[in-house]
Amino acid sequence: MNLFTIIGEALRALRQNRLRTGLTMLGMIIGVAAVVLMLSIGQGAQTKINQTIAEMGSNLFIVVPGATSSGGFSFGSGSIRTLTIHDAQAIAELPTVGATAPIISGTAQLNYTAKNWSTIITGTTPDYFSVGNWKIESGTTFTESDLRSANRVVVLGSVTAQNLFGGEDPVGKTIRITNRPFLVVGVLMAKGQSLTGRDQDDNIFIPITTSERQITGNQFPGSIRLMLVQCKSADDMDIAEIEITQLLRQRHRIAKGKENDFTVRNLTALADVATGAAKVMSMVLGAIASVSLLVGGIGIMNIMLVSVTERTREIGIRMAIGANQRTILTQFLLEAMMICIMGGLIGLLLGISGAWVVSQVADMLIVITLGMIGLAFLFASAVGIFFGFYPAKKAASLKPVDALRYE
Amino acid sequence: MLPLPMQTNHVGYPLIRIENLCKSYSLQDVNGRTITNQVLFNIDLTINQGEFVAIMGHSGSGKSTLMNILGCLDTPTSGSYWLSEKNVATLTNDELARIRNQKIGFVFQGFNLLKRVTALDNVATPLLYAGVGRSQSRKQAAEILRRTGLENFAMHQPNQLSGGQQQRVAISRALINQPPLILADEPTGNLDTQTSREIMLLFQQLNQDQGITIVLVTHEDDIAAYAKRLIRLKDGHIIYDKNNNTETILDKVS
Repeated sequence: MNLFTIIGEALRALRQNRLRTGLTMLGMIIGVAAVVLMLSIGQGAQTKINQTIAEMGSNLFIVVPGATSSGGFSFGSGSIRTLTIHDAQAIAELPTVGATAPIISGTAQLNYTAKNWSTIITGTTPDYFSVGNWKIESGTTFTESDLRSANRVVVLGSVTAQNLFGGEDPVGKTIRITNRPFLVVGVLMAKGQSLTGRDQDDNIFIPITTSERQITGNQFPGSIRLMLVQCKSADDMDIAEIEITQLLRQRHRIAKGKENDFTVRNLTALADVATGAAKVMSMVLGAIASVSLLVGGIGIMNIMLVSVTERTREIGIRMAIGANQRTILTQFLLEAMMICIMGGLIGLLLGISGAWVVSQVADMLIVITLGMIGLAFLFASAVGIFFGFYPAKKAASLKPVDALRYE
Repeated sequence: MLPLPMQTNHVGYPLIRIENLCKSYSLQDVNGRTITNQVLFNIDLTINQGEFVAIMGHSGSGKSTLMNILGCLDTPTSGSYWLSEKNVATLTNDELARIRNQKIGFVFQGFNLLKRVTALDNVATPLLYAGVGRSQSRKQAAEILRRTGLENFAMHQPNQLSGGQQQRVAISRALINQPPLILADEPTGNLDTQTSREIMLLFQQLNQDQGITIVLVTHEDDIAAYAKRLIRLKDGHIIYDKNNNTETILDKVS
């Protein structure tokens, strides 16, 4: 009997008991749908995190001043101002480093006509915008000459701009920052929340020189709160970290064996941790969904065993008229596999529609890849073969004489 | 009536040769001890091509066991069985399936048709197992059904047919691979007298016109009377093996 004919026989057997076939299939449908849905949600979360990381800027180090301690109390990193703008300039000269952006920050009260708004004020250099992967919505960023002259110019984050200006175009307008007039030269494109959930768009940026002299003030002139360092390529990150450390130790005249008075953090490594966490979540979701697939598979095995018992006489008749063991095995295995494959297909459609509904209702990013579809399908077939084999084997190994005599 | 191509059987050559065949079943009693129950004792039997043999005996005489062994549905415990000069005892399960498919046509008391499968597909199934395609199988099945007078019932399922019609479907199924041997296990057991007569005449015709060897198990003397040779079994032994003589059988009945 060729395979094509056996498929026909298996299909006929499935059609003869539609309700049972349908119910068995339901286990498979739910299992595959759950796997597809969970994987797409997990994949969506992962993609979302990757996007956020890309927006943060790539190949970044953050360098913060070291901790100070007094009488056994540590005041935490940044509590002394050991880093300076000149450190940042020196680091920018390193061959592996693309650009640096020294930062001082504080909060400030803003006024525009009758409106006022309090936000974080960041004093930095023009390189900050490329290092932090910021894009300009309108106007420009401030320039090196603004920096040199400590001009009163400001670039607004999109949320700040919205709160101060509403629908009005802020570029060219003058706002007051702690009562000093500043010219708005540009507005940044929205970035959304950072990985830590902070709104990155509610802030303003002014030249670090202006900030130091006029707004935030500085206890130790030239010192900075932190600096961002962008590497030229991801491959150089390890070398760059060593180079930065050596350079700073040298500049700060730290003797051998003494602790650093600064800390270099690899932001990409932090991002990797976040991506890793998302991956684990994705896998956990998939694993939970797989349990339902497993339960569906056990359901199939259960039904196939009942079916073999119920059809013992039919098996006997088929053997008497010439079916060999392989043919019987193939037929029952095919029945189980067809349930799985058909259930898998329906489950796939259901899972994809479910993912679409979730993305619409919960406003979540859902990603469905061809690989996921293939995986769900492959898994469904594997379940069919795995759980269909034992009942099929049982059917095939019946002795014809016993099967025929079975009532 | 059934102008099927003539079998290449050479009437008179041994089709079935059984020597010193024993069959016993072992089962465990409540104490876990193995109990051996011997059903057939040292059976020697030769059936030539073209014979029409009735095997008779009371229930428990071993006739059904013998039939199952003849049909390659069961294997003997000891002794040998040659079917068409092949020693069945040495064959693998696949080869046995092939023999059942090609060399033997089965007709059962309970018809044993596939439920919810049309008469046509029931008859065609052995051809499918022989590797013939579905459409070709159906074509041949339709032809056989036409010859057994069931062309109008080809698309009926077994439960829509009378007992006699079902048995004709079963006989058609047995014939489709043109086997040299038909084994009929109480083929009229579920049929009324008139239908039984028709079925037996059909067997007789197949035997006479096409030289198909027929081995029939029955416990009814008037059914056995259609056969040319009569074998009686009692407690697993052959106690009678003679060419049939209707008068003597009828004498025995009375």
